[in-house]
Amino acid sequence: MTTATRTTTAILEVADLSVSFETESGKVSAVDHVSLDLAAGEIVGVVGESGCGKSVTAMSLAGLLPRTARVSGSARLRGTELIGAPETELRRVRGKEIAYIFQEPMTSLNPVLTVGRQIGEVLQVHERLSRKQARARAVELLALVGIPSPATRVDNYPHQLSGGMRQRVMIAMAVACNPTVLVADEPTTALDVTVQAGILEVLRDLRDRLGTSILVITHDLGVIADIADRVVVMYAGRVVERAPVHELFARPHHHYTTGLLNASPTPGRHAGTERLQEIPGLVPVLTTQPDACTFADRCPAASDRCRGEAPPLGTLGPAHLVACWHPVQEADR
Amino acid sequence: MARYLLTRAWHSALTLVLASVVVFLGIRALPGDPALALAGEDRTPEALAAIRKEYGLDRPVTVQFGQYVERAVQGDFGHSIRTGLPVSDMLRTALPVTIELSVLAILIAAALGVGAGVVAAVRRGRPAEWAANALALIGLSVPHFWLGLLAILYLSVATGLFPASGFVPFFDDPVGNLHHLILPAVILGTGLAAIIMRQTRSAMLDSLSADYVRTAKAKGLSPRAVIGRHALRNSLIVVTTIVGLQLGGLISGAVVTEQIFGLPGFGKMTIDAVFQRDYPVIQAVVLLTATAYIVINFLVDLLYSLIDPRIRVAGDAA
Repeated sequence: MTTATRTTTAILEVADLSVSFETESGKVSAVDHVSLDLAAGEIVGVVGESGCGKSVTAMSLAGLLPRTARVSGSARLRGTELIGAPETELRRVRGKEIAYIFQEPMTSLNPVLTVGRQIGEVLQVHERLSRKQARARAVELLALVGIPSPATRVDNYPHQLSGGMRQRVMIAMAVACNPTVLVADEPTTALDVTVQAGILEVLRDLRDRLGTSILVITHDLGVIADIADRVVVMYAGRVVERAPVHELFARPHHHYTTGLLNASPTPGRHAGTERLQEIPGLVPVLTTQPDACTFADRCPAASDRCRGEAPPLGTLGPAHLVACWHPVQEADR
Repeated sequence: MARYLLTRAWHSALTLVLASVVVFLGIRALPGDPALALAGEDRTPEALAAIRKEYGLDRPVTVQFGQYVERAVQGDFGHSIRTGLPVSDMLRTALPVTIELSVLAILIAAALGVGAGVVAAVRRGRPAEWAANALALIGLSVPHFWLGLLAILYLSVATGLFPASGFVPFFDDPVGNLHHLILPAVILGTGLAAIIMRQTRSAMLDSLSADYVRTAKAKGLSPRAVIGRHALRNSLIVVTTIVGLQLGGLISGAVVTEQIFGLPGFGKMTIDAVFQRDYPVIQAVVLLTATAYIVINFLVDLLYSLIDPRIRVAGDAA
């Protein structure tokens, strides 16, 4: 983890990305003016509770949201705008430039096709390989992600593999065309803790060997601490804090971030005596984005200003941004 | 896989034995004396006794059953009481007509049903779905015989596009054969097509919202590959089962359709036999229908395991 500070130019730049959904009960705002960026070979973690818009943000990059989604803003991959790009262009980007790993490795793999076939498909589409060549390459990819006896596993169906193995297959599928950006949406959530570590190791290894930029979407701060170089904290569709991983864990400035940290078991932090603290209240479901801090109702430091004016994402030190009128100070921690 | 097949084959055989017992006993429990039907005007006790003796109807039921099984195994179903011809000969001419009609109907129904079902699911909430749903509703609710009569009226009698009735064996005149069978096959297939369409549509809606379809899209596959290779293949598992269960109904549908189009098939033979209380023919017909049912279900199970690898492999492990 050497790329703690941003020095290289960004591969992926997301600016003012907003997503809302047309539902039967009206419009629901899922993502509100989110900005983030990802440098070459960097691992950025996006963390937040369920429903904070982190997955929606990730899915919108390659146009994978349902038709009811209204997306605005910008997402540039190596300078090419993705938001609003035609479907044919996006199809070329998917799997080749931006590849995805999803949470549930059982349901995310097709039960009636062999894993070799599912990995090979990507290569057949993007690299124009023959079915035979694609299969041979699939064996290599299975070996790359640490699956033992890949030559026999390639003909297995998903149900013949364990959860961890399936997630490795998902990763093999995602990196088949050596994508520029890998989006891992809760890659370890459905797995045992011991298996989780192995999967994160594979991701880190891929970054080191292939130079892939990785966006890790998770609700698990443990995963972030383990793998990310930088962290983006999201709450109710907005980015509330952005910082290098060590900086964030050592000096969180947003009250939501400190709440998240206090709700996660961290060795030493609670010294085994205090209980984990939950953040009171619930994540709001927003039909429109208010001109106020969306965390105000749950925040211990909220003032009238917080309820009347949305705090901008402001700089608070080197590469550390926070959207808060009353950031947590050193003395408060 | 082998073990799975053996188990299924054993179950099928058992069902067949049971079916033959039920057929034999059931037909004898029905009211109506075949001797009376045969005797016609000459209903003297002596004539009836002679007929009963001639056809073995005077012997104990158990003996009759023993004879029946022994002969049936050899393909000998006795002679028709009505025509005096061997039942096996009658089957030999009638069965190919019905089998061809049914196979054609299944092919037409599968093509129409799966096609319309996929379109309805992919174009959900748009005019194409409404059209497919409306057609399915018509296919399900309008009786075959009425559709058949309409078809004869407008497509045969009025315009002369198709022959209204009759049959030409395939090997005598393939084109004429299809010309005679295509209309009855379409009519026979409509109900099945509607069922297949509805099953395909709902199964496709499930698969299209499945995670693996999202994965397939995220890989950059074309819509055709996403829908055909990923969504449809999974949907066919459900569709195959339902269709398999419906195929039996096709046989009874064939009976009516053949009657309307005057096809010299199994169905016509059955109806004639029932009206004449032609025991040997009815026995053979019902037994054959039961066998067809069992064999079709067996084949559907086979097909099922071909489409779904989970069944194939689970059977091996068991």
